This record gives sequence, structure tokens and C-alpha cells, in this order.
Amino acid sequence: MKIEGKKAIWKEYQKEIADDKYFYVRSCVRQNFFPGSETTFIRILREELGKDIYEHPCHTTCTGIGYHGDIVPLDTMMTVVARQFALMTEAGYENLAPSCITSFGIYTEVMDTWHHFPEVEAKVREYLKKATGREFKIPTNLAHASDIIYKFRKEIAAKAKFKLINKETGKPLKVVDHIGCHYAKMFPTKGIGGAEYPSVLSGMVEEWGGEVIDYPERRHCCGFGFRQYLVQANRGYSVACSKAKFESMESYKPDMIITNCPGCPMFLDKWQYALAEMENRTYGENGHGIPVFTYEEVAGMVLGYNPWDLGLQTHQVSCEPLLDKIGIPYNPDEKYDGVNGIKLGMPEKPINLKCC
Amino acid sequence: MGVIYDKLNSDVRFKEGLSACINCGTCTAICAASEFYNYEPREITNTVQTKDDEKIIELLKSETIWYCGECMSCKTRCPRGNAPGLIIMALRALSQDMGYFVESEKGRQQLAVKRTVGHWILDFGYCLYLEGVGTDMHPEQGPIWDWKQKNWKEVFARLGANYKGDGPGILRKIPEEALDEIRAIFKVTGGMARYEKIEECSKKKAAEMNLTLDDGIDNEYFKHIYSYNNQKHNVR
Repeated sequence: MKIEGKKAIWKEYQKEIADDKYFYVRSCVRQNFFPGSETTFIRILREELGKDIYEHPCHTTCTGIGYHGDIVPLDTMMTVVARQFALMTEAGYENLAPSCITSFGIYTEVMDTWHHFPEVEAKVREYLKKATGREFKIPTNLAHASDIIYKFRKEIAAKAKFKLINKETGKPLKVVDHIGCHYAKMFPTKGIGGAEYPSVLSGMVEEWGGEVIDYPERRHCCGFGFRQYLVQANRGYSVACSKAKFESMESYKPDMIITNCPGCPMFLDKWQYALAEMENRTYGENGHGIPVFTYEEVAGMVLGYNPWDLGLQTHQVSCEPLLDKIGIPYNPDEKYDGVNGIKLGMPEKPINLKCC
Repeated sequence: MGVIYDKLNSDVRFKEGLSACINCGTCTAICAASEFYNYEPREITNTVQTKDDEKIIELLKSETIWYCGECMSCKTRCPRGNAPGLIIMALRALSQDMGYFVESEKGRQQLAVKRTVGHWILDFGYCLYLEGVGTDMHPEQGPIWDWKQKNWKEVFARLGANYKGDGPGILRKIPEEALDEIRAIFKVTGGMARYEKIEECSKKKAAEMNLTLDDGIDNEYFKHIYSYNNQKHNVR
């Protein structure tokens, strides 16, 4: 095959990712459930990669969960997004870097809608002016935080202290990747590899020494479904989706799961606990669950950061079996410490799910 | 015939989501909700493109439109480039604007979403603000969540957050002037009107069902809509 032809075929699966000067917008879910991941992302960008990443204290939720929970109207969501763009413009930045896949989907949807319906963009500009007096420019580049880690995966590999390799066998760890529905299902050209060959996470895993498992329900939703989880009466939908994935991946004996969305790791972690307690069913080794991580946590692990700085102690499925496989050192006595070694007490142990 | 259809068609998501569906059923085959609920996105698309107002109103009052999880898997696979998930979003918006959502068990749950996520957005500037939201409402969060709730401030400090602090950072206090802007946006763009409509219709429905509904979440109607499931929604 001619290289030019190959490049042309794969062009539609590539995306432009800005090199520097990011306007970071945080994730509501990641902040509540995985604060250590956002801390780690900024640490990697500033300290390891020397990038300019700026966060405006006045930025807010994009309203994404409210929008997809259908309580926030389209015009409202678009105008809140326009306000984020205005803060970015006023701060002198052009490259928007959201920490959330729902937000990434929302920003993509808004920009696509305005492209197809310029009258809608004009209406939103009027709304924003009327409500806040602000004006804005549309971002030149939109890259999810994981796109940025993907872009610099080789630089991270070059600084890595550990690889995703089993230290006893020397074999690559078997990794399940879960990229999250709103990363590329709605607008495939906006995700690395599109909806068919998403490589944002698999690219990191392979670069850092692991092996990605391709299993039947790889693209299945984790089960958030917005209102399907938010309302207790609907949560059967949520756990059924996660269960479909666990059942499908189990026979491949994954060592770990890496995730893109802020919500998916929470569901894939906590539903393993719930399934263990409800059905006495576990999917990992020896009564444990399969450890689930955010991409920032995995990057932090290979860079040799302290697992308790990453926030791995806040996962319900224990991370220690995976740390042991790689050979990452940790101090079990410090797992549940606060700042300056203050002891915060121990969480209770689940009845069925084996935890360290 | 077509008045309700025209309302739907004024939503850009409906325009983007429906272009002469050929009824192939691919959306149903890929749909996560179809695996779990008595639900077929193909049928939704089929119904709306009849432009029959009576059938569409029936849909707006139904349980059916609330089954979708908005994962948008249908968008990827539709050979016509349609998105039943977007059609659902337009239907749900119209169901609430016309007050039909309280006619179904699943539709009534909108008040629960409004009084949790909806309030967090306006009060704090976050879609989720989970200090104090414990395993009583979320038992699946397990003992590690209990531990985190018990030590909320210390755990967040340990992980580099700026919880309730000034300036940037994780779970910072979003300044009041920023929240005022968000509230102004909600007022100007119809967000506040949507919230008020959900409240107004829910109050009428609660009275009809003989359930108390005060402010907040500690009342009979909220508890009912949050937890009640008639067990007739599922495939099996």
C-alpha cells in the first residue's frame, strides 16, 4: 500500500490537538469522585510537560447532567457554554480543554449546531449579552483532557518509572479500555480514531507497555444514562449495563480497566461492589473486583506518583493487586491518611467483595 | 393535524435527528435501553414521522419517552444519520413544556432531577455537589463513600482540592457574581420557566395523588417518585 493512500484513509480518524496554552474547564463528576485525577492532570501538564494550563475561578458547570437529565433547555445550556467561551476569550486563550466527556460532547454539539444553524448562534450571542453583557469567540481547538495526555503519551513514556507490565511474568498487563459514549458516538470525527477505532486510551495503554483487550461489549454504555442513575427507581438499568460489560470482559481475565469519562470509572467501580453484595458475584481474581482507573491515575502510576496522592484509596475495588503486579511501591499504613499523616479511620469492609 | 409536530420540528435537535427514517431497526439493535426496557427507538421515530398529533400527544404522556439513557449509540449506527436520542430529547422538552410529563410514572421523576441536579446548578454552580449525599440515597456507593462522606474536608484537602475556597481549584466556592450570571442566563433563556413548570405541574399531580409536597426532598411526593417502580417497564 502507498503510504499517501494509507494516510488519506486514516485522516478522518485523526484530530487536531493543540500543543499548549489550554483553558481548562473542570468536571462536576470528576471533582466529586476523583479529585486526585484533576490534581494529577494539572501536575503532569505543568511539572512534567511544562505546559500553560489556565483555570478561571468563575467558570461553572456546563449544565451537562441537567441538560441530559432534560431539566435544562437547549437554549439555556448553549448560553452557559457561551459564557465559558467568553471567560476563555477574556483570559486570552483559544484552546478549550474540558475534563469531562459529557462536557466535551456538549461543547461539540453546541459548535456543530451553530455551524449548521448560524441563526441559533446569533440568538445565543444575544442571550449572553442580555444576561451577562459578555461576548465571546468560539474555541480554535477543542480537546478533551485525555486527548492531551494521548498527544503527549510518548513524552510520558520517556519519563515513566513503571510500565504496564506484570513484573513476575514480564508480560503486558491485559487492559480493558472504556472511552465513554459521548466521546465519539455523537460526533465520530471529533474523537481520536472515531467511533469505530477509538484509540485515545488504547494509544496510552500500548505506549506504556500494556495490551488492550477487544471484547464484545467494549462499546457498551457503562449505564449512567443520566436519569437512569440519578433516580433510584431507575438504577436497575444502570447496574444491568455495567453487568453486561463485566460478563463480556470476564473471560479475557483483564488486569485492569482504564476509563475516559469521569462517571464511567465510578459506575464500573461501584457496581462491582453492588453486584458482589447483591449476587455474591465478583469479576476479578480471588474474590476481588477488576480495578478501575481514570487515565490520569494510570498516567500518574507509570510516572511513579504516590498512589495515595492519586486518590486510589477512594476506589471501592482495591487497587493493591494491580500495584503489586506492576511493582509500584505503596505504604498501606498511609492509605487512609489525611494531610500531614492525620489518621482518618478505616472504611468498613464489604461483606462479599474482597478488599485490601 | 400537525400542530404538535410543528412544535417538535421547531427544535433543532428534532431537525438534526430525523430525516425520513427507513425503519430498519438498527437503532433498536444497538440501544442499551432496549436491552432493559420495553422500548424501541424505531417505534418512536415511526410515530413522530406520521405527524399525527394524537399519536404524538399519547407519546408525550407515555412512559416510553423516558426510557432512553441518551448514550447516543443510535447516532453512530443509523444508516440515515438520524439520532432517535435527539428526537427523545425534543419529545421530553415538549412533554414538560406542555405539562404532560406528570401523566407517567417515569415522567414524574423530572421533579426529582430538578430538585437535586437542578438546584445544585443554581445554588453552587455544579451539576453535582455531593457532600451530605450519602448511602441512604445511594447505597451502591458502598462503605468507601461512607468513609469519604465522614471525612469529606480532610479527603479533599489530601487530594489537592480547594473545597469551598476562593480562587481556582477543585470544588472551589464559585463566586456569587458568577452564580448570579448563571441565574440570569436561566431567566433569559427559559431555564427558570422550565423549572417553574416542573414545580407547578408536580404540585397539581401531588394533590391529585393525595401526597404531600413541600420544598426540598423530605416529603411524600418526592420520596414516591424517587423510589417507586411499578415493575412493568422491563423486557423480562
